Amino acid sequence: MPENAQLLPGTLDLLILRAVSLGPLHGYGILLRIAQISGHALLVEQGALYPGLFRLVRQGLLKTTWGTSENNRRAKFYELTAAGRKRLREETENWNRLAAAIAAALAARPEEA
Amino acid sequence: MRVLDALRFRLATLFRRSEMNGEIEDEVRSHIELRADDLERSGLTRREAERRARLEFGGQARFKEEIHDAAGVTFIESVFRDVGFAFRVLRKSPSFALVSVFTLAVAIAANTVVFAAFNALILRPLDVPQAQRVYALAHAGDAFAYDSYANYLDLRNRNHSFETLAASNFSQAGLDTGENPVRAWGYEVSGNYFDTLRLQPYLGRFFHASDEHGANSAPYVVLAHGYWQSHFQADRGVIGRVVRLNEHPFTIIGVAPPGFVGTFQAFTADFFVPIVNQEQIDGANLLNARANDWVSELFGRLKPEVTPTEAAADLDSINRQLQKTYPKEESKVTFQLVHVGVANVFGGAMKAFLGGLSLLAALILLAACANLGSLFASRAADRSREIAMRLALGSTRRRILRQLFTEAILVSLAGGAVGLWASVMLLQWISSWRPFPEFPLNIPLSPDAHVYLVALLLALASGFLFGAVPVRQVLRTNPYGVIKSGSPVAMTRRITARDLLLAVQIALCAVLVTSSFVAVRGLVRSLRSHLGVEPRNAMLVETDLRAAGYAGERVPEMQKRMIDVMKTIPGVTSVGLVSVPPLHMGWNLTGVFTGKTTDMRLSNVATNAITYSISPDYFQAAGTALAAGRSFTWNDDEQAPRVAIVNQEFVRLLFRSPSAALDGYFKLGNGTRIQVVGIVQDGKYTANLAEDPRAAMFFPILQSPSSDSWLVLRSRQAPQELAAAIRSKLRDLDPGLPSFIQTWNEEMNGALFAPRVATASLGILGLMGAMLSITGIFGMAAYSVSKRKRELGIRIALGAQPRELLRAALGRAFRLLAFGSAVGLVLGILASRVLASIVYQASPRDPLVLAGVVLAMLLVGLVATWIPAQRALSIDPLILLREE
Repeated sequence: MPENAQLLPGTLDLLILRAVSLGPLHGYGILLRIAQISGHALLVEQGALYPGLFRLVRQGLLKTTWGTSENNRRAKFYELTAAGRKRLREETENWNRLAAAIAAALAARPEEA
Repeated sequence: MRVLDALRFRLATLFRRSEMNGEIEDEVRSHIELRADDLERSGLTRREAERRARLEFGGQARFKEEIHDAAGVTFIESVFRDVGFAFRVLRKSPSFALVSVFTLAVAIAANTVVFAAFNALILRPLDVPQAQRVYALAHAGDAFAYDSYANYLDLRNRNHSFETLAASNFSQAGLDTGENPVRAWGYEVSGNYFDTLRLQPYLGRFFHASDEHGANSAPYVVLAHGYWQSHFQADRGVIGRVVRLNEHPFTIIGVAPPGFVGTFQAFTADFFVPIVNQEQIDGANLLNARANDWVSELFGRLKPEVTPTEAAADLDSINRQLQKTYPKEESKVTFQLVHVGVANVFGGAMKAFLGGLSLLAALILLAACANLGSLFASRAADRSREIAMRLALGSTRRRILRQLFTEAILVSLAGGAVGLWASVMLLQWISSWRPFPEFPLNIPLSPDAHVYLVALLLALASGFLFGAVPVRQVLRTNPYGVIKSGSPVAMTRRITARDLLLAVQIALCAVLVTSSFVAVRGLVRSLRSHLGVEPRNAMLVETDLRAAGYAGERVPEMQKRMIDVMKTIPGVTSVGLVSVPPLHMGWNLTGVFTGKTTDMRLSNVATNAITYSISPDYFQAAGTALAAGRSFTWNDDEQAPRVAIVNQEFVRLLFRSPSAALDGYFKLGNGTRIQVVGIVQDGKYTANLAEDPRAAMFFPILQSPSSDSWLVLRSRQAPQELAAAIRSKLRDLDPGLPSFIQTWNEEMNGALFAPRVATASLGILGLMGAMLSITGIFGMAAYSVSKRKRELGIRIALGAQPRELLRAALGRAFRLLAFGSAVGLVLGILASRVLASIVYQASPRDPLVLAGVVLAMLLVGLVATWIPAQRALSIDPLILLREE
């Protein structure tokens, strides 16, 4: 098992939105998708996922439908709404800017010493 | 809509919490099964896989709470918690809660009542289909827009703006159902009246334009629903029955829908008859008298594409044509279209008065909010320790503010509910009030949904307003500072927002007190003013000769007999007869011309004089002083030359001097020359004590016969005995003669109605304002004394005299009082200009008013600071040692 990166606060929502943006998923599927797209570097605690999902539904970023999974289990599927898509775009830009800034800051060397 | 959606979601989740729990469980179960499927695929048994999956997922209860939090349920729940907590806090300080609720209730009740009046009299349209297209014709610059019937017909037939134009005239008649006639009030209306209003009968049918075939051709009567219930016991068999109106047979053909009392909503009509039968009701045929403006209201339904302005222009141009055709009868009129109803008749003054009243009521509410705001602020200061503690324990400021707002809203809703209840009671009382017993006045003040909504909004708005006062205080609270130093918040010397609020409130109160003083003073003056008659010790007997079937020669004969009989009552010193007494709610106007006028067109009219027909002894009985000349005798009859007695204003307008007037001549519109034989003092004539001097003239009843007859009896006897004697004498003369007996003072209530209502409402508002000021100053003074107990104790210990002590403790309150009162007084004097139009001789520049206001405000200050002053003086310096 690869070493897990610490999940920064606030990034769970971004990860969920990103995972769902690739197609409708049920809760368990979202967990797997996050693990898969992060190269198994990020693991979300199973129980912590659902409060996040409910919050995003309440904010109108996700919508839900009950359906059947690939192995014929009844499951609740999550899907991005238009607002969710917009939010994902904004958050991604924000994150990239922040990551670039942090990386730049960390890469800086003392000019003279 | 997003907000609403969110709220609905929250409410839904709250009320379907179990359902939601079910859904969460379903989802968790599905999750665990999916995980177990994966684990099973990696080689575990199904049982082992499921056990592992459940373990991995963790405790479900904890997640459910978190999910509920995330889904926003706790917001609603925490509101419930806040409300519960607020209830407990308020229960712990019942006097605070009671004072706040009461203060607010009073203010909200005042506003609700004023708004209900506004709503009922001005905003609420006539209750007919598409009422917004129904307009009444008003004359610019004349509150009472009377027209002649002939003029109505021309306007109706020539205009291109109205679908239909209807006419109605308020009248009265003796209604005889087989017993003795009783007086009933009703409308003479054009045949298209009900069709113009698009009303459907409750029972039977209405008459229509097609029923009109010339004078007295439509002897039909439609009963008002209320009258049908009260006088016909809601008998459905009345249709087709024949009743007698002023002794003429009329067939009942229908009953109007419930609630419809005629277009001029201020009166309760009993019946509706076709206007073409007007002669049978009024005794004289006025249908062709173009010069006689007697139809009280014209209104019509506008065609869909016509605007009111266009319609008015259309009517004006018809009027110009008519003026050319009939220069003697038609005068220049500029039409205005207004909505049908009472407000348009009493229009300007009533709107101004109600507007002023709403403003004052709003000020009261503002004052109440200021009051409660400072109460809440001082409470927040008292609770600063609790607040600091809660902050220190990790509560957010937002949460604490929400708590305080919840308390404020709770108080405001309670105050609003109590206030609404009180105002509904008051409105019911006003609606059932009959200020003039003989007159069918209808004050439709029943509250409707608008009124409830306004009360609720006012309550909520004021809750937020006074709840917002302590916000800054809470935001500034430093959790450490308060807990460290034992005594919270030091008294600052600078002017605080609370001081400003109080000063504003005192100023508002002074405005109200000034206005009510001005009004009361004006009313007292108008009661003492020169009325031109002496209502004291005079009895009025209104008789309805027409209703009893008297006409022609029999009228003067009966009038003479009545006068003679009244004279035989012991104790009666003089008896007179007049067509309509001065200051009554109705009067007759006649255009008069100077004696030299030969061209009798209306533009040459010298003045419109109020006209009375009187018996010889009338002036003596009425207490009107004859300034010059002679009074009438019974010899001034049809054979004698036409004579008149005029008032001084008449003399001033038509003659150069009293000596020129006496034995001088003037003319009426038909060319009749009339000689002035006497001059009487000026008086008040219309039912408005604020009226400017008006010309009046009196004709001998034998030369200018009138079947309207009021007997005036002067006697020192007690009114009840006198009334009994009059009644029995009249019964001996003719048992079928309707009569109404009252003292002249009672009858004057009509003229005094407006100033009395104005004075009463201003008085009540002034009282409320004073009360609010007292509680406001009291609260501030008491608070400052209790906060500065230690400082005052030190002063006492150092030997301060009571005077110095009081100055220290209450100087601020008194300075605020003085400042606020001065500002309020000035504003009040400015505001009182409006009053002058309603209350006769209301002048704010009256030393008595000024002194009264100053005294009242001083009294307010004394009452409010008395208890805090006592407490300041009785502070025991030893507390310094005891406390902390």
